[in-house]
Order: sequence, then structure tokens, then C-alpha cells
Amino acid sequence: MAFNSKDTAAFKGVWVFCEQRDGVILSTGYQLLSEGRKLANDLGVELCGVLLGHEVNETYAKALGGYGADRVYICDHPLLKDYTTDAYTKVICDLVEDKKPEIFLIGATNIGRDLGPRVAARLKTGLTADCTHLDVDVEKYKAFLKTTSTIDVDNTKFEENTNLKMTRPAFGGHLMATIVCPDYRPQMSTVRPGVMQTQAFNEETAAKTVLDKVDVQLTEADIHVDLVEIVKSAKKAVDLIGADVVVSVGRGISADPKRGLEIAEELANVLGGVVGASRAVVDDGYIGVDHQVGQTGKTVHPKIYVALGISGAIQHVSGMQDAECIIAVNKNENAPIFDVATYGITGDLFKVGPMLAEAIAKYKAEKA
Amino acid sequence: MKIIVCVKQVPDTSGKVAVKADGTMDRAAMATISNPDDMNALEAALQIKDKNSDTKVVVISMGPPPTESMLRECLAMGADEAVLVSAREFGGADTFATSTTLTAAIRKIGVEKDDIVFCGRQAIDGDTAQVGPQIAEKLGIPQVTYVTGIDYTDGQLTVRRELEDGYMTIKVQTPCLLTCIKELNTPRYMRVAGIMDCYSKPYTVLDFNALVDDPMVELETVGLKGSPTQVYKSFSPPVKGAGTMLEGADKATCEQLVSILGEKHII
Ligand SMILES: Cc1cc2nc3c(=O)[nH]c(=O)nc-3n(C[C@H](O)[C@H](O)[C@H](O)COP(=O)(O)OP(=O)(O)OC[C@H]3O[C@@H](n4cnc5c(N)ncnc54)[C@H](O)[C@@H]3O)c2cc1C
Ligand SMILES: Nc1ncnc2c1ncn2[C@@H]1O[C@H](COP(=O)(O)O)[C@@H](O)[C@H]1O
Repeated sequence: MAFNSKDTAAFKGVWVFCEQRDGVILSTGYQLLSEGRKLANDLGVELCGVLLGHEVNETYAKALGGYGADRVYICDHPLLKDYTTDAYTKVICDLVEDKKPEIFLIGATNIGRDLGPRVAARLKTGLTADCTHLDVDVEKYKAFLKTTSTIDVDNTKFEENTNLKMTRPAFGGHLMATIVCPDYRPQMSTVRPGVMQTQAFNEETAAKTVLDKVDVQLTEADIHVDLVEIVKSAKKAVDLIGADVVVSVGRGISADPKRGLEIAEELANVLGGVVGASRAVVDDGYIGVDHQVGQTGKTVHPKIYVALGISGAIQHVSGMQDAECIIAVNKNENAPIFDVATYGITGDLFKVGPMLAEAIAKYKAEKA
Repeated sequence: MKIIVCVKQVPDTSGKVAVKADGTMDRAAMATISNPDDMNALEAALQIKDKNSDTKVVVISMGPPPTESMLRECLAMGADEAVLVSAREFGGADTFATSTTLTAAIRKIGVEKDDIVFCGRQAIDGDTAQVGPQIAEKLGIPQVTYVTGIDYTDGQLTVRRELEDGYMTIKVQTPCLLTCIKELNTPRYMRVAGIMDCYSKPYTVLDFNALVDDPMVELETVGLKGSPTQVYKSFSPPVKGAGTMLEGADKATCEQLVSILGEKHII
């Protein structure tokens, strides 16, 4: 029978695309499986990982079970070694059309955001981009709204169903929107890397993972691009998303950018963290784009976020407001960053920064 | 050859944003700008035209009638023709329905063997980055997204595609669709001569009737009705309770902060 995305009753199960690069599975895949596990439990269905590549390492595939997958579909083919839109879209759509999952989650990486819309368009279903929260259970969704919105939850009507409720920031973080895709399947969403928490690895479930090898139908003729080369950036990319401490600098350093960055590095060193930046600093060319925090940069949720000379524009704040403790140093006492800061110091970062680093070093030395 | 550039007029989200009582964005109350990434896409098209004089650049936008002002600016920057896709039936579209309508309009303009379609990576109102790839799929042509470099020599297109941890170099067949990001180039300003003649260049408006012959376009496949996704709820993020402002900005202040952090086991 022909595939029909409107026949919603025919679809069952939760799927997660587990992206690999150079044979190594990205951590986003683990985050999404951990989240997908909760959704699958609420629905009482199977959670499957989808892994495409060549000479796929079965130990890696099995490990996906440790993060919640009951089953892993392995699509192994020479033409799937490196990502191309054409090959990955074809293989994934073939599999979806055959197995019919009700929910399909993809990490919102540069590759996931290339693949997701192409797949959704081919399957004729909806796709919600860059989600930061997912629910199927209405009660859980209400509990989420109670802590994250100004909606009077108890006096609001909610449609009772198990459709996937996909929440994401809109308009640069000024608004949050929860999107549903009630009449088409699979319900697809790309999910922001670093937002969902990875569950602890479970040896037992890993051992029980079912590996399902897919018969891949793919030829050169399916691919309309020629991948000439993949170049890894020479310097190691900063792990902003996984960091416990992020010390970010803003345009406040522009009087002496070199010194400003030194101060940030000093602070990051004593706190055991990495250096982030506002877009203004990235645009000015003082630091690479992989350091950028915010709407068009990365979303971080460290234990400590230090903002040095950052005004606190919504596009920046939407990427760091979930930090457990936000420390802001800004010489303008009215800077909006102080509205989200846990602790604020009105002052010159060139003076306060080094003093703070020194005080922390002293405290740590005394404690040790 | 022909290059079709998809441009969108978006609310300016860098300033204060107007939110209606029901939690939705008050678009009418906000200033509009040309979507930033789309200007990089237009610049990329114009650069190809600069080197290949037989190139025609067509800008296309779906939106309400005032979108004309943005399209005129694109003509003043150097585009040759503008097409506005505008009708009540197209309103309320999600990315799926938007891409259906734009695809029909692009097919009407015509996509030949040598042609290229350009989009921005994402529009800043929704940040979805979905419309480009969905147009490519519906046109049945290859796509490359996150493009930061373009080499077009003797009809061969080679592009650089950005990854989080590096980049890919990709040769791509035409016709194809590329989505551009700001690292690609710096958009040019409008030319004075361009401002003079932007009203004499071809400007077409396509409404529902103009596109209904396309097999994909029906009342049920465009606009709100043709959108698989719907807004379930929208809300403003809560205002965080103001934190603690510390007195002073000297050594004592820093030591006070550090001792608080220590007491709370934050460090
Ligand atoms: C579509 C879009 C997407 C965007 N995405 C992002 C994003 O992802 N991330 C992002 O960060 N921005 C983003 N922006 C930009 C954002 O709107 C702001 O322009 C940017 O965050 C401002 O950076 P800033 O705070 O460093 O600079 P400014 O706003 O210039 O602020 C500098 C601050 O430093 C303070 N200062 C100056 N000197 C000192 C000193 N010596 N000591 C202490 N304080 C000092 C000033 O009081 C001021 O508050 C985006 C914008 C748009 C339109
Ligand atoms: N209404 C529209 N009119 C023309 N182009 C659009 C429209 N919506 C989206 N696009 C194009 O698609 C890109 C991605 O948009 P989005 O998927 O909304 O983030 C934009 O940068 C534009 O190039």
C-alpha cells in the first residue's frame, strides 16, 4: 500500500536519528534518545535509534541502548559513509515509509537541519525546528508551563491527546511557541543540541538492544552532489555546550580586546571553564564563531555563566538564561543583563575581572 | 543563466518586540527589515552576475503587499526582476505550505538546466531554516545549506558548506538550491542609479489564481489549511526575578561574591 502520512493510526513508535561523523556518534544522539525514552514510556511504545554510515561499529550501535533505545536500525552502505542530503534522505524516507514511526527526532546540528526539512517535505508531514522542550502527556506539559510561562495553567483549557507538543523559542527568543502536528505522521522535530539531558548509561539495557540491519537501496545515481573533501578545523572546537562554566565577553572588551580576552581566559581557568562570547565580539572578529552564545550561536546551560561587558540583548540571553548561576559585570547599572543575573557587579570589567579571578584563586587555594 | 533569490521581509527583532494580549506577535506594530541572510543570498547572486553578464537575477518573496518596498530595494541593489507572491489564501502558512507556494511560483518563473535558486539559511522571525530545503525537495533539485563560499567557473558550481567542526567542499549539479549564511559575503548597498530605475524594472504579482494551475496548488495545500503544523499555545518566557546586585566594584566586592558562591557550593 502506498505510504500515506495522513493515516495517523498506522504509525507507532518513537525514532531518533543518531548522527555520526567519522564513525563516532554525536552526543546529541544520546541526548535525544534519553528524551525519546521518556516520550516512548508515556506512549507505551518502542524507542528506536536510526544509524546511517559505512562499516558501522556494532559496539557503538549497541551502546545506543544504554541511553534508552530498544532497537537500532543500522543502515550500512559505502555511500552513507559521509553525509549527503540525497543519500541520507532517500534511505531514511524508505525506512520511515516501511516502518511508520509516529515521532521522529533529529538533532538540530548543521546536518540535522539540512536533513530534517528535506525528509519532512518528501514524507509530506510537518517539522518543528530547533525545539527546546517536548511532551506527549498533557499533565506533564501543564507542569512545564507552570514553571516556564506566565499562563494561568489551571484556568486554561488544553486539548487532551497524546500528540507531540513541541516547544521552541520564536522571534529571537521574545516568545515561546508550542507546535503540534495533529493530522500527519511522523511528527517530526529537530532538537537543539545541549538542551536535553543525557541519562546515565545503563549497561543492562545496552546489552538487550536489538540490532536491526536494514537492506539499503542506494546507487550513485541517487546522489547529485560530489563531496570533494571534508576539512576538520585545525584547532579543537570549544565545547561550550558541555561546559560547566562559561565565561563570556561582550563588546565591553573593545577598548582592549586582547586584554579583555586574557581576563576571560584567566577567569575560565580558575573556574575550570571555557570562554564564550556575544555575537558583537564575534562579528568584530576578536574570537571565532564557535564561541558565540545565543540565538544564532549555541545554547548553554552551565552551572556558572559569567558575562563580562555584555549588554544582555534577548538574542544573547535566550542562549544562556538557563544557567544555574549567572554573574554579570557591566559598567552600566541599567544594562538588561542584570535582569537575568543572579549576581551583578556594576563596574569596569578590566578592573573587576582580574580581582574576581584572584579572589577565586585565593578561595580555592585556602580550601585545598 | 537565471538566479532566483528568495527573500523575506521580517519583523526587526533586535529592538523592543510588540506582543499582543493573546501572546502572539504584533507584526503590524513592528518595524520590518529584509531578512539578513537573504541579503547575503542576493549578494552572492549579484556577484555571479558581475562576472557573468548573461545572468538574470530574479528576486521573489511571499508576503503581504507592503513587501513591495523590500523587493524594490533588491532591484535597486541590482536584481533584474521582482516577483511578489501575495494572496489571502497563502496567509498563515507554515514552512511546508510556504515552500509549496514558493515552489509553484518558482516553477512559473522557470528553472532551467543552468539555473540556481538561492535562499537565506533562516529567517529571523521563525529561525527554522526549513523553507530552502523544502523548496529544493519540491522542485526535485539538489540542495546545499550553510554555504560560506561559492566558486562558479565555466558553469561548474563548487561550494563550501559549514559544519560545526569544519567544512565540506561540494561540487553540485545545476539546477540546485543553495542556502547562504552571513559569513559568505557583505551585502552591497543600493546604487543611486538603481534607486532611480527600480520602478522601471519588471515587477510581477502572483496571486492564488496565477498559481492554481500548478499541480501542487489547491485551496487545501496552501496557507493555514495546507500547514501540517499548528500553534498549540504561545507564551512569553517568564521574567526572571531580579538577582542580587552587589555594592561596589572593588576587591571586597569580589571577595564577598566568592564567599557567597562558596557557601552555596557553586564553586
Ligand atoms: C537575528 C539576530 C540574531 C542574533 N543572534 C545573537 C546571538 O546568537 N548571540 C548574541 O550574543 N547576539 C546575537 N544578536 C545580537 C544582539 O542583538 C546584540 O547586538 C549583541 O548580543 C550585543 O552584544 P554585546 O552585549 O557584546 O554588545 P553591546 O550591546 O554593545 O554591549 C556592550 C556592553 O558592555 C558594557 N561595557 C562597555 N565597556 C565596559 C567595561 N569596560 N566594563 C564593563 N562593561 C562594559 C556596556 O555597558 C554594554 O552593556 C543577534 C541579533 C539579531 C538581529
Ligand atoms: N515568505 C517567504 N518569501 C520568500 N522567501 C522565503 C519566505 N519564507 C522563507 N523564505 C526563504 O527561506 C529561507 C529560510 O526561511 P525559514 O525556513 O523561514 O527560516 C529564508 O532565508 C528565505 O530565503
